[in-house]
Amino acid sequence: MPVPSFSQTSAALCFLLILLVPLTVAGLALVNAGLGRSRSAAHVMLASLCAFGVAATVYVAIGFSWQGACGRPAHFVTIGGKTWNWIAAEPFFLRGLPLDLSAESLIALLQVFSVGLAAVIPLSAGSDRWRLGASCASSALLAGCTYPLFAHWVWGGGWLSQLGANSGLGRGFADGGGTSTIQAVGGLTALTVTWILGPRRGKFSSAGIPAAIPGHSPVLALAGCLIAWVGWLALNSAGAILLAGVEPSSVVLIVLNTSLCATAAGLTAAVVTRMRFGRPDASLCANGWMAGLVSSSAAAAFLKPAAAILVGIVAGGLVLFAIDLLESRLAIDDPGGAVSVHAVAGIWGLLAGSLLSIGGSDGQWLAQLAGIATLLGFVLPLTYSLNWLLDKVYRQRVDEEGEMQGMDLYELGAGAYPDFVVHSDEFMQR
Amino acid sequence: MKLAGFLLLVAGWAIVVAALLLLPSGASRLAFVLAGVAVQVLGLVLAVRSHRVLEVERG
Repeated sequence: MPVPSFSQTSAALCFLLILLVPLTVAGLALVNAGLGRSRSAAHVMLASLCAFGVAATVYVAIGFSWQGACGRPAHFVTIGGKTWNWIAAEPFFLRGLPLDLSAESLIALLQVFSVGLAAVIPLSAGSDRWRLGASCASSALLAGCTYPLFAHWVWGGGWLSQLGANSGLGRGFADGGGTSTIQAVGGLTALTVTWILGPRRGKFSSAGIPAAIPGHSPVLALAGCLIAWVGWLALNSAGAILLAGVEPSSVVLIVLNTSLCATAAGLTAAVVTRMRFGRPDASLCANGWMAGLVSSSAAAAFLKPAAAILVGIVAGGLVLFAIDLLESRLAIDDPGGAVSVHAVAGIWGLLAGSLLSIGGSDGQWLAQLAGIATLLGFVLPLTYSLNWLLDKVYRQRVDEEGEMQGMDLYELGAGAYPDFVVHSDEFMQR
Repeated sequence: MKLAGFLLLVAGWAIVVAALLLLPSGASRLAFVLAGVAVQVLGLVLAVRSHRVLEVERG
């Protein structure tokens, strides 16, 4: 797909939408803080700011030069008589861009915020035990290597987006709002972080039975959901116009579908937890809401409203199942549910986009499957290898004293709630 | 065991990519893509299970 040419009005609309995208980061940071423990709340918020800052800086310095945009300089390889674009060839520090209201410049600006959002996602998986410096270093690896490579293949005219023209698979791998590039990449990074850090102290008994360590503030988590919702409306709209070539007049459909997905998923989580536990669980409803937003991103511009509700209902149920499976059966300690919300619901959103979208062609689902296979076969191993190497050079997990004291006191020197009495760990297994 | 899981993930991806880039459209391409995804699912299960075994051993 070539870079879209815009009227000044469309460019101004995209710019205003992009200005709202940082609300996704603000909302997600609040969700992460609310679902973590009180003695690490300030640490999570500061880590979100730092991760965003590091990711944006590294991306501007080197990331965009690998990612580029459609129609911009790139390296090609010929296989089976067809030319495939595999990596961009832009200069460092965005030197090749005019940085005005042109489509390329707007895409680069949106990408700076998107990579920051992807970097914030894994923080909830490492909550209560991930050192600040290590999370920043991991963000730099994501923004400088994993994200731009995969995003080039999807959004920069790379081989996944060429599957339509070169292999006859629908429109090629399609993802307007970043379900794969932002959410699934962030969610799979969260999975590697949980593997490398291991579970929180006292989370699992010697028999492998998990203890419930509740989030300290459902209010923060739910407020974060509402703030993230506004950001997501803008992210999905701007992404669809700039990266999927959708007409600006489709923003009404995109906003409606995004909202329907989130509400359907949040309500599904409320109903399922009400049936299961006798009353709705606020933390799991927050996860359901976020899963709905995540699953909406890939195809909000191509779904009918009824299909968007269906996507949301499945996402809301799926995320509850995934959270339970990861914790109870697979010994993965993910305090904020990042793997389930961003990776599992994200993969569902990618598949749903091809199965339920308007005017979908026969090969579209195969192109989506190729994208999912790339996430599992390229992004996950690469992310794990990079973070494993980082852990060998710079230990990522805080030492035992830090974990007992809490990340706020240990790394920041002050708690988030100095006026409040903090309870002991009465819910921990001894 | 986790390494074997990751190798299967990469191998499955290689099968999917090779099928899409080299084979003409048709049943054989579809079969190879699905086989590649199946290999990846095996790899993911192996990687996840090896993590669980490690955590239980660690206590």
